Amino acid sequence: MSAASGSLPRYIAIRLLLVIPMMWVLLTMVFLLLRVAPGDPVSAAVGDKLAPDALDARRHALGLDRPLIVQYFDYLGDVVRFDFGRTISDGQPVLDLIKHQGGATLTLTVGAFLFALLIGIPLGRLAGRRRDTPTDAAIRIFGVITYAAPIFWVGLMLVLLVVKLAPDWPIDDIATPETKYYVPEKTGIILLDAILVSDWISVKDILQHHVLPCFTLGLLLSGVIIRLVRVNVIQTMKGDYVEAARARGIPERRVVSKHAFRNALVPVITVIGLQFALTLSGAILTERTFNWPGLGNSLVNYVTARDYIAVQGLVTFFAIAVVLVSLVVDIINALVDPRVRY
Amino acid sequence: MAEHSHDWRFWRPVARWIARLFRTVWNTKGLARWIFLTGLALTFMFVIFALFAPWIAPYDFAQTSVDGVRFPKLGGPSSAHILGTNDQFYDIFSRVIWGARTALQVVLLSVVLSALIGVPLGLLSGFIGGWVDRIAVFLMDALYSFPSLLLAIVFSFLLRNAIGGGILAAALSLTAIYIPQYFRVVRNTTVSAREATYVEAARAIGAKPVTIMRKYLFGNVVQSVPVIGTLNAADALGTLAALGFLGLGIQPTEAAEWGYDLSRALDDVSAGRFAPAFWPGLAIVLLITALTLVGEGLNETLNPALRRRRIRQAVLPPRSDDSVADFMADTQTGTSASAWADPDGADGSKETPR
Repeated sequence: MSAASGSLPRYIAIRLLLVIPMMWVLLTMVFLLLRVAPGDPVSAAVGDKLAPDALDARRHALGLDRPLIVQYFDYLGDVVRFDFGRTISDGQPVLDLIKHQGGATLTLTVGAFLFALLIGIPLGRLAGRRRDTPTDAAIRIFGVITYAAPIFWVGLMLVLLVVKLAPDWPIDDIATPETKYYVPEKTGIILLDAILVSDWISVKDILQHHVLPCFTLGLLLSGVIIRLVRVNVIQTMKGDYVEAARARGIPERRVVSKHAFRNALVPVITVIGLQFALTLSGAILTERTFNWPGLGNSLVNYVTARDYIAVQGLVTFFAIAVVLVSLVVDIINALVDPRVRY
Repeated sequence: MAEHSHDWRFWRPVARWIARLFRTVWNTKGLARWIFLTGLALTFMFVIFALFAPWIAPYDFAQTSVDGVRFPKLGGPSSAHILGTNDQFYDIFSRVIWGARTALQVVLLSVVLSALIGVPLGLLSGFIGGWVDRIAVFLMDALYSFPSLLLAIVFSFLLRNAIGGGILAAALSLTAIYIPQYFRVVRNTTVSAREATYVEAARAIGAKPVTIMRKYLFGNVVQSVPVIGTLNAADALGTLAALGFLGLGIQPTEAAEWGYDLSRALDDVSAGRFAPAFWPGLAIVLLITALTLVGEGLNETLNPALRRRRIRQAVLPPRSDDSVADFMADTQTGTSASAWADPDGADGSKETPR
């Protein structure tokens, strides 16, 4: 690898430029799927409620009677201005929807990652240290099961357990109705809002509501982390510097924790980012299981209501999120690992 | 290929290939073999459920009464309903059995369809190369980077308006998700195989591009398809159940579907009722695990880098003096172990990573 090809600013610049075609392809795909495919948004959503001329008026108001190519450029232009359209079924701007409900999805996924790390790192480390022992086998089987079991079923089983063991523990929604009533909405993230007004009773209530959904989603993600940490611990334990540490007479426990383990964690950062698509799919299902007031839940409701514009807006938003997260992951990866360059 | 499809001449190589596959698996050693066989046994059980559902299940999947007597709502286990009934008066055991049929139909259909689209696309893209290839790779990567469940939701949303919520619609909405995986693998193998000497030789004697693709590249490239196929089948099953759980999959009037049954069980679970949620979910977990095990096992047996063969122990003739023993040791490492094979020594096999 020559020195000229390895500059970090150059890598970041190329990576930023690549976002544009990626975004364009994804947006075009979304548009083609949702607009060019047969079926008319207005009659699908409210066709049975309005008279034919009223439907035509609606179509005209939404610009759906114009040529597709015009609609396509309109769509791209709107997205650039963060305008994701207005839902047909309840006339709400999709951007407002994202502001109000994105927070719940965000805290759910962040909490899930915390649980995933809390479960995945110690178990992966243990399995890596005790390679090919029954402990290792048990942890690996646990990892396979968390992958094979549908997340909503795991959620349902956890609810059953909680209902039996702790009947008072909250099993759905993000907060009790009282908390929702008392906490003023500012940031769109109810946990942050409650902290901002120092309403500690509400904070406690919201955190309690988070435990079960975050744990469920975290279990799904922990499987990947277990496998990764295990393989990396095994690999770094073979490294020369680990051997050298052993040769200097450093106790095995310290060799593992100080020398091998830290290096084994580096790839975990990257993989966490790469799990974003999985997390998003998992979040939709978790939100449905626990009646969580997030974006995934809304998406499913709008799909059921056959609201094309809402579905298109939300899917567009998810597509943008996927592209941006992959960008951030690649840049972090380049900062951490000097071998990643164009 | 299509003109031979009803012809025994087409099926005989396929049968021979399957037989060879089984022989390879049988001759594999160690954990991979047991993983594969366990997965195969479990999968086989579900195939039996699916094929013989009308005989195994005591009732029809949408049956709510027998001889004019209505089933109990949320009834507990009894001799008439061994797993009880759910909130729609359905017999849970019958739903689980019929669900196997639905699941396998959808998964088989979607895996076959995505392979039928993905493999030729990958072959063509890799063979043609240039900017066609680059654009195809870029498009497939974009499709692949999209969250798969989201894609399935969008497709089922569109297809429901067009062709309704049946088995075909569900299979089609899963198909698009898995095309990029076949595409990538097949394309990459094609690109590397295209430069191989035997392809160059074929080109030199004037073989047409179609002939090269069909006769020289296809056989190389399809090797990895069974592995991707079974692993995709496991994933597709999870996605199908997820769609059903979200109420966007197969409509309850069309067929029994485990995911849909789980969505009905949401309220039961809050009320502490166990059976309606547990059994359909267990069926999903078992079938996904089974398919994953078959896929992993296939991967470890078909991939020469991972394969460990069972090799019969070589039994050497009694040694007379040292020089002969040295000679024998040398020849043993030099020749294949089968030359010294002893049929009784099969159990004392030793590992030879290949």
